[in-house]
Amino acid sequence: MLPNKDGRFGRFGGRFVPETLMTALDELETEYKRARSDRKFTDELNYYLKEYAGRPTPLYLARRLSKQSGAKIYLKREDLLHTGAHKINNTLGQALLARRMGKPRLIAETGAGQHGVATATVAALFGLRCEVFMGDEDIKRQSINVFKMKLLGARVTPVHSGSKTLKDAMNEAIRDWVTNVRDTYYVIGSVAGPHPYPMMVRDFQSVIGKEAKRQIKAKEKRFPDYLVACVGGGSNAMGLFYDFIGDKKVKLIGVEAAGLGLGTGRHAATLCKGSIGVLHGAKEYILQDRNGQISVAHSISAGLDYPGVGPEHSYLKETGRAKYVAVTDKQALEGFKMLSELEGIIPALESSHAVYYAARLAKGAGKNKVIIVCLSGRGDKDIDIVRGVL
Amino acid sequence: MNRIDKKFRKLKADRKKACIVYITAGYPDLHKTKRLIPALERAGADIVELGIPFSDPLADGPTIQAASQEALKNNVNLPKIFKMVKMARRVTDIPIVFMTYYNPVLKYGQKQFLRDCVKSGVDGLIIPDLPMEESRDLKPAARKSKIALIFLAAPTSTRERLKNISRDSRGFIYYVSLTGVTGARQKLPMEVASKVKLIKSMTRKPVCVGFGVSSPQQAEQIANVADGVIIGSAVIKVIERNLNKGGLTDKVGKFVKQLADAIHNV
Repeated sequence: MLPNKDGRFGRFGGRFVPETLMTALDELETEYKRARSDRKFTDELNYYLKEYAGRPTPLYLARRLSKQSGAKIYLKREDLLHTGAHKINNTLGQALLARRMGKPRLIAETGAGQHGVATATVAALFGLRCEVFMGDEDIKRQSINVFKMKLLGARVTPVHSGSKTLKDAMNEAIRDWVTNVRDTYYVIGSVAGPHPYPMMVRDFQSVIGKEAKRQIKAKEKRFPDYLVACVGGGSNAMGLFYDFIGDKKVKLIGVEAAGLGLGTGRHAATLCKGSIGVLHGAKEYILQDRNGQISVAHSISAGLDYPGVGPEHSYLKETGRAKYVAVTDKQALEGFKMLSELEGIIPALESSHAVYYAARLAKGAGKNKVIIVCLSGRGDKDIDIVRGVL
Repeated sequence: MNRIDKKFRKLKADRKKACIVYITAGYPDLHKTKRLIPALERAGADIVELGIPFSDPLADGPTIQAASQEALKNNVNLPKIFKMVKMARRVTDIPIVFMTYYNPVLKYGQKQFLRDCVKSGVDGLIIPDLPMEESRDLKPAARKSKIALIFLAAPTSTRERLKNISRDSRGFIYYVSLTGVTGARQKLPMEVASKVKLIKSMTRKPVCVGFGVSSPQQAEQIANVADGVIIGSAVIKVIERNLNKGGLTDKVGKFVKQLADAIHNV
């Protein structure tokens, strides 16, 4: 069972944080493990996942996309969840945990704003205070989500340091947590950060893969050949993959953002092009220069625009269990259009990376192959960006 | 004997507390840093803490963040900093401690990094994002190289953690005065005195206090209870205010002298 007791996935993971947070992380780990085996906690979480968030989500056979592409493509419809993305699976779990730990204030970092909205939503739901840190650059390109968070009663704090995107928002959230650690719960939105977050977020997101497994067995009477999901920090991918890791015949494919192209240096393809380092509390693949300074990532989708990636993905890459590829901004836009036109589903730009890759994969795969794509979010938030470039 | 240990032995014999001054390496440029180090010594600083600029300094407040950004803009990096320290070493024997985030060390290569610390005359390391649990590689290697790996203790550290930190830290124990990031504060928490006392009951190593100290008055208060006081952001602010004026070194020296006098008079 990974991670091990030190929070390691092989040589990845761990807890590279200031001493001030170490006790809080210990407490969080202890409480999470208790909650995980507490029937009352899991029942309550399942209740909210079903009645509030809208689980289970459909596993939908995309017929026209399949026909055009050549293999059978199923979409795991996380975009249909409340708040429009898979992020709510995790924030519900963590908010319940925060309440259990008696922390009245939630903080979160956000890139595209999906995790910010999902955190603000559960804060409203459970009557907790909420502050979301968001890079100035992202605030500009995701204004609808900023407004939503404010409507939900959260404070949105712009972050002006560094690249003014997700990584800087996460720095600022950690700084806030170091300062207010006694009454504040930090809701990390991805399978990144110090232990126990990568494990905890994975567990909360693993509902995606558990459902998908049950559904595909019912529909196809067999396992899929491929799972395809986009990877920024990697939470939706980890959520889809996790229950299939032991099923060695199922190929796991993570799709990173190649931005303007892998050769341009303007991308967010951490696993494809990065090297091992430490960022935001974990040892993992990161984008860095030769002096160990963190590089600025680039992607058309704010949610993938991150120079790190979860330690467990780093481990799955190293062991070869999962394969990681990259799709450019332009290709992602093609995926965006394709799904909109063929299936009447407008995907998030993040998920469009996975859609594009799955369609391409399907072409050479053969008619009988079954592919599950994690449609992690809906595209409403991206309409302005897409309108600007199409 | 390591320069840090030697310094504390001398301070103890003189019944004095240590004045530890932080500056960001390469802020405003490396040439000035090289001149600042001996100037800090002349002003009465006992130990110099050199900040290695990092793109994502998550334990630092706005002042040191800005200084680091500025240094990075000037392409300051570890090889250049080692070279600068080596040159400064010709004119000063003051203990020099690096304050660096872990990733630049990892990228440089831990062994090579320690070798270059020894070669250039760096005496100790403070790595705010490397708690004890993650130091299993670096700790023994640093010991072998006689580079003091200085651990931080925090207001939130449990008794057991404090015990382990006291046992493992070399040079001194860096007690973080408050829950938060670096940066000058008007007021410091009351519990500093009792926490320092608690740590001192666990070890004979010096316990120094940093984070938030902004004035000679505050430095004096802290010096009353601890073995040393670390001042960073307040010094960086003096540099920041005098960037485009002449006599930067003198002005920083003057401020540091006030701090050092306040600390040494305790």
